[in-house]
Amino acid sequence: MDAILLQILNGLDKGSAYALIALGLTLIFGTLGVVNFAHGALFMLGAFCAVTLQRVLSASYEVIDETKVDFLGNPLKVKTPYVEGWFGPEVGGAIIDWAVPLSILIAIPFMIAVGFIMERGLIKHFYKRPHADQILVTFGLAIVLQEVIKYFFGANPIQTPPPDALLGVVNIGAPLSLELAYPIWRLVYFFFAIAIIGGVFSFLQFTTFGMVVRAGMADRETVGLLGIDIDRRFTIMFGLAAAVAGLAGVMYGPINPPNYHMGMDFLVLSFVVVVVGGMGSLPGAVLAGFLLGILESFASTTWATTTIPGINQIIIYLVAIIVLLTRPRGLMGRKGVMED
Amino acid sequence: MLGLNKKDTSLLIVVAILALAAPFLLNPFPTNSAMAQFNAGYPDLMQRFVIFGIFAIGFNILFGLTGYLSFGHAAFLGVGSYAAVWMFKLLSYNVVPAIALSVVVAGIFSVLIGYVSLRRSGIYFSILTLAFAQMSFALAYSVLSNPKFNLTNGETGLQVYADDPQILHRDGLPDVPHLFGWAMRDNFLELKLGGWEFTFNNGYYLCALIMLVVFYLSIRLFRSPFGLMLRAVKSNQNRLNYTGLNPKPYTLAAFIISGMYAGLAGGLLAAMDPLAGAERMQWTASGEVVLMTILGGAGTLIGPVLGAGFIKYFENIFSKINDNVLHQWFAFMPDGMEDFMVFIVHPFVGKGWHLTLGILFMLVVTFLPGGLVEGGQRLLNVIRNRGRKPADPKDPEHHPKETPHVAE
Amino acid sequence: MGILEVKGVNKRFGGLQALGDVNLSVAENTVHAIIGPNGAGKSTLLNCLVGKLIPDTGSVMFDGQSVLGRTPYEINQMGISRVFQTPEIFGDLTVFENMVIPAFAKRDGSFRMHAFESVLNEKEICERAEQLLEEVNMQDKIGMHSASLSRGDKRRLEMAMCLLQEPRLLLLDEPTAGMARADTNNTIDLLKEIKEQRDITICIIEHDMHVVFSLADRITVLAQGTPLVEDAPENIRGNPKVREAYLGEAA
Repeated sequence: MDAILLQILNGLDKGSAYALIALGLTLIFGTLGVVNFAHGALFMLGAFCAVTLQRVLSASYEVIDETKVDFLGNPLKVKTPYVEGWFGPEVGGAIIDWAVPLSILIAIPFMIAVGFIMERGLIKHFYKRPHADQILVTFGLAIVLQEVIKYFFGANPIQTPPPDALLGVVNIGAPLSLELAYPIWRLVYFFFAIAIIGGVFSFLQFTTFGMVVRAGMADRETVGLLGIDIDRRFTIMFGLAAAVAGLAGVMYGPINPPNYHMGMDFLVLSFVVVVVGGMGSLPGAVLAGFLLGILESFASTTWATTTIPGINQIIIYLVAIIVLLTRPRGLMGRKGVMED
Repeated sequence: MLGLNKKDTSLLIVVAILALAAPFLLNPFPTNSAMAQFNAGYPDLMQRFVIFGIFAIGFNILFGLTGYLSFGHAAFLGVGSYAAVWMFKLLSYNVVPAIALSVVVAGIFSVLIGYVSLRRSGIYFSILTLAFAQMSFALAYSVLSNPKFNLTNGETGLQVYADDPQILHRDGLPDVPHLFGWAMRDNFLELKLGGWEFTFNNGYYLCALIMLVVFYLSIRLFRSPFGLMLRAVKSNQNRLNYTGLNPKPYTLAAFIISGMYAGLAGGLLAAMDPLAGAERMQWTASGEVVLMTILGGAGTLIGPVLGAGFIKYFENIFSKINDNVLHQWFAFMPDGMEDFMVFIVHPFVGKGWHLTLGILFMLVVTFLPGGLVEGGQRLLNVIRNRGRKPADPKDPEHHPKETPHVAE
Repeated sequence: MGILEVKGVNKRFGGLQALGDVNLSVAENTVHAIIGPNGAGKSTLLNCLVGKLIPDTGSVMFDGQSVLGRTPYEINQMGISRVFQTPEIFGDLTVFENMVIPAFAKRDGSFRMHAFESVLNEKEICERAEQLLEEVNMQDKIGMHSASLSRGDKRRLEMAMCLLQEPRLLLLDEPTAGMARADTNNTIDLLKEIKEQRDITICIIEHDMHVVFSLADRITVLAQGTPLVEDAPENIRGNPKVREAYLGEAA
């Protein structure tokens, strides 16, 4: 029992990332009809927002501490981050410590801006072109984005630790009197993902804007005929989807140190998630994201990997192939949407 | 000639001349000159030109003709390489059985993957092939490489060891891949003319000859009823269905043929260097052949070969350019200007080659969907129109030509 | 016994009864028109004949064989060709290539691997394609890209592609929709010629009564998914039920 629960929990963090990326992919596909191969790169950009902020905050100047000497007898040079100099060591230290969560604040406007520029500058010209062209040009963009990041940040993974307060593990089985040690940050990530998903859904459900977008997803032409400027709204949707992917990336850093190709790694799996969930279905994307994350976690247990070596590496693809062949519209896809 | 019309014959002859004279053509600069860095006449680079040319020619039969965008063709390349290395391990270093088996095994693989993937079309097809390719990669990288059952030798890559059976190996045969004793890595001629050096490599000429054969076959295929049906699949599947034709076997056949081309390329890679690694199957490797085909011109005969050569050439040249080279280039400028130019160009060369490639690819997809071939044609048109008087009475619209029934 | 026998066909889409107990018999070598107001189920019926839709109940027999459960290409190989409301041609190919494809389909069946010999070496097929193009007066457009043809030419091309297969039954879905009067008259003349010169049965769905009454030997009026009347054209004109069906639509 404990073991099963633990595997489910272990699947949640990856599942959350899958769900968030797949949600953005589905938003873009459902509203704009565009297959965005650069979506993984947006996730990666988000993660590097956190890296950048951490570096900026840690920017230091040197002061000579007259009271101490180093082992050669010279006055000791102490590096002090500017923020600590401005706000005092207490507050400044805390700001640096909380760099990752703080990055959310810069990631939101940054990612929305990236989304706008991408849609207006590139994607817009591809609405009427075949899906293959959309795949190709966004694939090219994904390469460009990841190479730019590689140029500035290098090829190695960069450690982005969570705040000290959120380090370590917590026994979340305590209320059930079970022994379930779970890293705090992963729990944070899960609730963060739930919050974003909830936010996106309520935005679509309860605002007029969301209503128009949902109507547009169902029947773009009719909504256009009603005299609603659907294109402008879709641009905003693209920004939103980019922000969702970016936020998923920002908070993922402490789980796996970001590197320039993390976007590509997640992209393929996220596409699989979208397909399993049902192309164009938002709840399907979220559900499939978590399900596949959990499935992957079960496949990674020693029992599974000793029975079938490497099953953890291929399980998601196997599921996707089976789903596509037996139920092409996915778990929750509408009938007739992109079925052939 | 050879059952081709005049235009195709001349195309084939041009390609043949280019391929056979490549050691000369690709080494236009004397070895000691500053420009020698632009030479590409090294055996291993030339081998890669033609091998990836074969890969792209095959991919083009599927993507260029039917429009089905596969993101998993590197899997067949990888499978071909593994099959070839296994032949080296079990039989001997002779490349004939190795290459034959790599084509056969890749063919069988593409029957399986194609049959399943082609039950869907459009993006679903792309994603299915992507999923299959990533699965094959994972299989090769870890699943099929464990102490109980080691088919791929995982991360290290599959290679020939001294204790391998090699049951057909005889004394006197070289201990490297060979064609009936003719070692692939040897050069049959090394010419030194003045400051120039030209290398004629056994392996390269084998690859080049095979490339010419499969290029010829692809021309025949393009002009055949089968090729026409594949283009009809791309154009309008609905009409095809209502014309009494079943698109499925046509696309599957195209998929298998292109898979076998990929397997052949994989087998040749292993024949040139007897090593097969899983990274050859990764989806970015599949992306590379897509780039080659599109960049050269999907659906055209010569495009994929051009694209493969273009990418492999610049990959090699660009990655050799470092800051020293850049400073040499811009040395004629004033100092500040020179540093600035080096600073600007630096991200795009050396390790930044993929950045250049990505940008180039986006530009091509956006502005030049027909690739280099379309670019060349446009350029030719511009030149021709300049030489022509503004009001040309021979407007082609009103005088449709009699002969070109079959579109290029 | 007609060449096409439709018996008791029903088709529902969710709550909508698109076809209700349709019976239809098309006699060999006649022109049979199916008319009716919008939403009467004409297109649904047509789709049931060519394998695009499968009726919920009932049978569709062509020349004594059931077409139900067969795919569109199998049904085409049985001898039924279809012309669409908006021309369906191979837009990326030339007019000539468009014509060659049905010729291969006729000769080689639904799939044959001919990957070595050039299309142009198939002399008989090429001649046949050229000959048909001459019949529809399009020989001067043989090398053109078919996407650049005028709408009327696209329609003629599609018709020629279908005729090349020498179908026993030709289904026409509003062949004059959106055409100018002169083009409509040309189409009527073309169809009359086809009817006279060939052993062919034509089943035509049409809105334009001028076309229907110039061509049809027999007319079925469909309303709300059910055949209202089936009779010779002269009897349809004055039929009060038919007027009611159309007037009901206008009101």
